[in-house]
Amino acid sequence: MSQWESVIGLEVHVQLQTRSKIFSGAPTAFGAPPNTQACAVDLALPGVLPVLNAEAVRMAIVFGLAVEGEIAERCRFDRKSYFYPDLPKGYQISQLDEPIVRGGHLDIETDDGAAKRVRLTRAHLEEDAGKSLHEDYQGKTGIDLNRAGTPLLEVVSEPELASPEEAGRYFRALHTLVRTLGICDGNLNEGSMRCDANVSVRPRGSTDLGERTEIKNLNSFRFLDKALAFEIQRQIDVLESGGSVERQTLLYDAERDETRPMRGKELSDDYRYFPDPDLLPVVVTQSMLAQARATIPELPAAKRRRYVDELGLTDYDARWLTVDPDTAAYFDAAATACGRPKAAANWIMGDVAAAVRREDAAWTEVPVSASQLGKLIERIEDGSISGKIAKSLFKTLWDDGGEVDELIDSQGLRQVSDSDEIAAIVREVIDANPAQVEQVRSGKIRVLGFLVGQAMKASGGKANPKRVSELLQAALSTDGS
Amino acid sequence: MDADLIDKLMHLAALRLEARERELLKDNLLKIVQLIDTMQSADTEGVEPLDHPLDGVQSLRPDRVTETVDRDRFQQDAPEVRDGLYLVPRVVE
Amino acid sequence: MSAGQFATIADIRTALRSKTTSAEELAREHLNRIARSELNSFVTVSEDDALATAREADRQIARQGQSGLLGIPIAHKDVFCTAGVRTTCASRMLAEFVPPYDATVVTKLRDAGAIMLGKTNMDEFAMGSSNENSHFGPVSNPWDATRVPGGSSGGSAAAVAAGLVPAATATDTGGSIRQPAALCGISGLKPTYGRVSRYGMVAFASSLDQGGPMARTAHDLRLLLHHMEGHDPLDSTSADVGPTPRGAGGTGLRIGIPREYGRDLDARLAATVDEAAAVFEGLGHERQDVSLPHTAYATAAYYVVASAEASTNLSRYDGVRYGHRAESPADLDDLYARSRSEGFGAEVKRRILTGTYALSIGYYDAYYRKAQRLRRLVRQDFLDAFATVDLILAPSTPSTAFEKGALLAPDETKDPTVMYEQDIYTVPASLAGLPALSIPCGNVGGLPVGMQLIAPHFGEDRLLGLAESFQRETDWHERTPPP
Repeated sequence: MSQWESVIGLEVHVQLQTRSKIFSGAPTAFGAPPNTQACAVDLALPGVLPVLNAEAVRMAIVFGLAVEGEIAERCRFDRKSYFYPDLPKGYQISQLDEPIVRGGHLDIETDDGAAKRVRLTRAHLEEDAGKSLHEDYQGKTGIDLNRAGTPLLEVVSEPELASPEEAGRYFRALHTLVRTLGICDGNLNEGSMRCDANVSVRPRGSTDLGERTEIKNLNSFRFLDKALAFEIQRQIDVLESGGSVERQTLLYDAERDETRPMRGKELSDDYRYFPDPDLLPVVVTQSMLAQARATIPELPAAKRRRYVDELGLTDYDARWLTVDPDTAAYFDAAATACGRPKAAANWIMGDVAAAVRREDAAWTEVPVSASQLGKLIERIEDGSISGKIAKSLFKTLWDDGGEVDELIDSQGLRQVSDSDEIAAIVREVIDANPAQVEQVRSGKIRVLGFLVGQAMKASGGKANPKRVSELLQAALSTDGS
Repeated sequence: MDADLIDKLMHLAALRLEARERELLKDNLLKIVQLIDTMQSADTEGVEPLDHPLDGVQSLRPDRVTETVDRDRFQQDAPEVRDGLYLVPRVVE
Repeated sequence: MSAGQFATIADIRTALRSKTTSAEELAREHLNRIARSELNSFVTVSEDDALATAREADRQIARQGQSGLLGIPIAHKDVFCTAGVRTTCASRMLAEFVPPYDATVVTKLRDAGAIMLGKTNMDEFAMGSSNENSHFGPVSNPWDATRVPGGSSGGSAAAVAAGLVPAATATDTGGSIRQPAALCGISGLKPTYGRVSRYGMVAFASSLDQGGPMARTAHDLRLLLHHMEGHDPLDSTSADVGPTPRGAGGTGLRIGIPREYGRDLDARLAATVDEAAAVFEGLGHERQDVSLPHTAYATAAYYVVASAEASTNLSRYDGVRYGHRAESPADLDDLYARSRSEGFGAEVKRRILTGTYALSIGYYDAYYRKAQRLRRLVRQDFLDAFATVDLILAPSTPSTAFEKGALLAPDETKDPTVMYEQDIYTVPASLAGLPALSIPCGNVGGLPVGMQLIAPHFGEDRLLGLAESFQRETDWHERTPPP
């Protein structure tokens, strides 16, 4: 075990999925042609003024309630000044002293699997900046301000994550939560959640914090993990060679897998924060709180508990199903449809997940609807079809659509459970395989499986295997004695 | 109001002045600081800062797209654009 | 000439209603006067638009008669954005800027039928008290061309005083409506902060800026305010109050005279304000001494707050999306520093640096926060005073119009704070967000003197009512500059 331990705090910028910008009526859709979603306010033309989007406030409140933070009765917006070409006003409207949410927590697991409560410092509203495109425009940088003014909720954790793995679990838990709450689309590759990490190391067991560095703009789970691992080792190397860590802001270079100091001008040692005089204090009323509270769905942790306690799933299954809110929603619908949560979980984690992976499908757009999957499970459980038939039927449903009961009938898939019909098949099998019959009778019970298989084959897979086995055993015992 | 402070302020404000202009500005700022320093004799102990003359509360806008962007019109006044992008000297991150 | 060079809006409405003139004829007359004028009070004249709009107004008058401001020629201070008409703020930075939208005030006045003849000169970004800080050159005072018209709304004030337009819009951050109105012998109203939308009004200091009208009479101010005010969902600081009522101003009012405002005042000016108080007494009102103890700190606090807000409001002028851009910048820093240094004049740079200083680490509490604490005390002074009086009467300025160059040397070698003292009587009401107006109340040495009336928040009705009653008793507002 290393004699060093790392201390990590994350600041995650969560893009809120409002229709319009936080301070203007321009649209927020991703991927529009450059500067076609930046209105006069977003471009900071002279004389324009910000007006706050109610939905951004509601989403911040929803988040605060979900993490059991304290929602400020009054909060305020400040100007944070620095010059950068993707920051049109020369200041960012953010919240410094009076954020909308203080405190709260997010629960994760440690590397040993123990439960860990990560405390949040705060979550505050601010506006996003535009984008600088560094492709060569005759040696110049191009500025696209479409993203300028998109609402962000900056979620700041206390520095109490102990490893890159914990940091990753925290980021994932936050990802699941904001998607469950419906306040962020969670598309990391579109920059919907961007993470800055504060990192320091200290001798194991020490309670003092070492000097920290900040790594900016870690926009995927993988980069977060790799950047933290690199930076922690870099700091340890510095300290072990007798040096000291310098407080600085770093960028992670994914191609070289290293961190390096940031040179951009958006770094200032003096942001001159002060209350934005264009905006008045925001007052969160009791009715705003009540409305927000009413829109909060079942949270991932509660869902997981319910799956274990009420539905009887294993903790592993419950966790698997609740990582992604869309998967959980699919499961909930299928389990409700068939009334057999365990079977639904098995199917979803097995055949459905495999197909989703193979086809790179979204859980919201699985071609086999949750109610059809429920029906399929129901038909297995009531003995209408065999498990094997169900698997091929699932594939048919995925590829060509259709309705479970109709397909069972039209394709003649119904399992044969009728004793006379099966008894006839069993008779044929016994007659056709005297050697094996003899072996079973002499005590080689394992050979029974072969005979069952032969019977199933003879039935075209439609015989109820349990019935076949029962009747075979009965026939062999009566014949032999 | 020494040279270092003037440098820092100029940097923060993204301004640059010729030597003579700078000297004059320094004299001007000294006078201005003298004026604003007259505040220091006032007793403001326990007084809450007043950010706004009226005790108003922020009104909230419904989340609706109300703006249609006519990029060409907005970029009529732009010093340098290409493919709809505003151009600036190369930025290194 | 059908309505007279110094006709009021009320006179012009009468003339339009009696068909003794037309909107087009009026527009032509006024455009001719503007063309002949040597005051330099206009930055841009929009003749073709004005005439086309005037002809449309005439068609409307023919259809349904004159109402509101239909057919009334006006000018906008060049701080209000006008779609398709350049809006410069008298700055090299915006010398070529053509906004794609109208300020709310511009929209409202056009909807009321007013004909915009052009954009008036001003101190750059509304920073100044003499209109000498203009990229387009100084404005002359119509009463004496060697003197300043005051500022920052010097172009609007001079234009109204000289009869180039019967009314103009203006803005007041620390006195920029009241001081030039006083120095040019006209009437000017700074409404309660939030009464008039700031949308499309190029920002100087957001928590202080307030648009308002300039005209020849308080009666006209009332009419103009009616068509400028109102809640605007595009301005978060716009007050959601109803329109200013049309009252008579009341009788038997208690008029407070602040003890602290007499100091530094020229005795001859003090006498005119005293005589005005006597006029009010003659009208049955009561004069009462009041104290506004933190007045002495108001100027300092104002310059800190206004400069702090300005320093960030002016950060958007960076040569990237619009406005002045330096030739062939070497790198990004060079682009910013040279575009801004070339684009802004000396006073603007001073305010940006003052504001940057007041907000920077280590100075924030001592300056910015301290100033905001004083701001509360200054406002509280007024609230306390308004517990015992209905209105406050004060001088508008410490002197009459001064000589060009007297307070501001072209080489910037003069102490800039002497100019700041021009605003000592106007900044307290600005800090407190109170409505205040200046109307002419005398003449000293051939130059007009203005007095200031200050009312509680949203007390414009009483303010205007009292000013109207004063103008029925006196004729200072009817005096015109020598030809």
